[in-house]
Amino acid sequence: MNAPNPPLRVLIVDDEAPARRRLRDVLADCADQLPVDIVGEADNGLDALNQIQQHPVDAVLLDIRMPGMDGLECAAHLNTLDKPPAVIFSTAYEAYACQAFDLNAVDYLLKPVRADRLLRALSRAHSLSDSVLERLRAVHPKARTHLSVNEKGRIVLIPVADILYLKAELKYVTVRTAAREFLIEESLTRLESEWGDTFLRIHRNCLVARARIREIGKLPGEDDGHFLRLDGLDERLMVSRRQYSTLRETFKSA
Amino acid sequence: MPNFCHLGVNLRITLTVEAALVAGVVARVADAQAFWAEFIGLSALAQPALLLTLLALCAAGRWLRSQPYRLGVAFTLALGVAVPMLVTLWLSPVLAGGETYPLIGVALFSLLLGAGLLAYFNLRARALSPAITEARLQALQARIRPHFLFNSLNAVLSLVRSDPRRAERALENMADLFRALMGNASQLAPLEDEVALTRAYLELEQLRLGDRLQVAWHINKMPADALIPPLVIQPLVENAVYHGIEPLPDGGEISLNLYRSADKVHIVVRNPIATDASHHKGNRIALANIRERLLLHFDLDAQLKLEPLGAVYQVHIVIPYTRERTQPAPARPHRR
Repeated sequence: MNAPNPPLRVLIVDDEAPARRRLRDVLADCADQLPVDIVGEADNGLDALNQIQQHPVDAVLLDIRMPGMDGLECAAHLNTLDKPPAVIFSTAYEAYACQAFDLNAVDYLLKPVRADRLLRALSRAHSLSDSVLERLRAVHPKARTHLSVNEKGRIVLIPVADILYLKAELKYVTVRTAAREFLIEESLTRLESEWGDTFLRIHRNCLVARARIREIGKLPGEDDGHFLRLDGLDERLMVSRRQYSTLRETFKSA
Repeated sequence: MPNFCHLGVNLRITLTVEAALVAGVVARVADAQAFWAEFIGLSALAQPALLLTLLALCAAGRWLRSQPYRLGVAFTLALGVAVPMLVTLWLSPVLAGGETYPLIGVALFSLLLGAGLLAYFNLRARALSPAITEARLQALQARIRPHFLFNSLNAVLSLVRSDPRRAERALENMADLFRALMGNASQLAPLEDEVALTRAYLELEQLRLGDRLQVAWHINKMPADALIPPLVIQPLVENAVYHGIEPLPDGGEISLNLYRSADKVHIVVRNPIATDASHHKGNRIALANIRERLLLHFDLDAQLKLEPLGAVYQVHIVIPYTRERTQPAPARPHRR
């Protein structure tokens, strides 16, 4: 090392305490070659995002398989930041994911982690591109627990359980919660396939939370027009003729 | 010589006898109504005869299997002919309306059927010869998840510097586990050994998962000396950890309930159901594997039931209580 670089700021994310301790030990062993400042530890993706927002880091050592928000979802939310940190995944054994990792676009570590592998990964660490993340998540299909938007440089997380409806409008999808609205850049079809159990399509452009449906009514004056109202929201949502029959079926069986 | 006390053996014999009766009646009558009358009349005689024969054979079972094969066959056939003849003599006058069956016919029918069945069981025993069964069992031997192996090694490494004693203990547990995994799959082992193995496994998991993994053992009524196939409980518990505990941020409790009721050993494993259902395939493979091994060891006398009970997933295994070390394949005569 010739230049007096400031130490690399690192966050360790793993749900298992021994695994975090092991990473600390190995990072301490590498301190001569690569000075590292361990900013903190987190045991799930959500906690990691909170910590990173409070104390920016250069690199995240991110376990893939964690309860609650897993590593891949966490990385996806990190990518909404203007300057996302570098992400290095760690995993014990994920046969399929490793094939995707070998695209050379992703830095990953296999547990137990060796010092030289960790050094190499940290020294070339970079943030992930959206397309690479997309490919990784395709190999690990798991529904996200949150949606995220970037507001003034900060990640705002929207728990899926809080969402009342999702409505497609031109380029964006409006996400409505009891408190407010958000705009996200995703396709409604994709959201529907990810959370088919949670949301129900009532119109070509609208998905509603099944558990929040309050009433279904007929519009006065018009023929065959129906609307639907959700808990905690006065807004009337249009139900298309095509989706009305499926809606009734769902309600009869419930 | 088949074990006539086994459910699977009895089921096969009963079905064959019924089929032979149906075939016999069909050959004799013209229309459906006559068929039922004749069949019911015949069954009223044949069922008690069959039942008594099987009871007698079951009672004589141990002695029969200790005899040379030829003598065993002769004795079995003699019983198989004598009992139906006696039952015919006894029941024919009682059963009103039905026609009487000639004694010689009953004897011939029983003899032919008995000989045929013994030949079938002999062939089946050869098909399931110990060598083939053993190879199959070896292939089905539970395998450890790579995920578990590498995570455990990682946990042990993290302890080496800070707590060498716990690291030692963890490596000892891993050694026990791998010795069992590479051991003889066809030998039944005492239940208490399997319990010790499961404890070693859970200790390793607790190293990684800490308080997230709670275990409740209910084993004060367990028959410690009962023999069970090796690695039946440990893989069930491994499944419970992987699917029930790890996906939950706050973890949960696995409960193990081992007890004996009459001549059966019950093994009940429960774990919370995690909503994340992304790993179901591996679960089914492990259970299908255990089910096949139970079948090879106990034929139809063992069961494996899956019961989702609300927020809890339960696997319930019932195994015949045995302390006698037997080969997994049906016992066979010595041949040279």
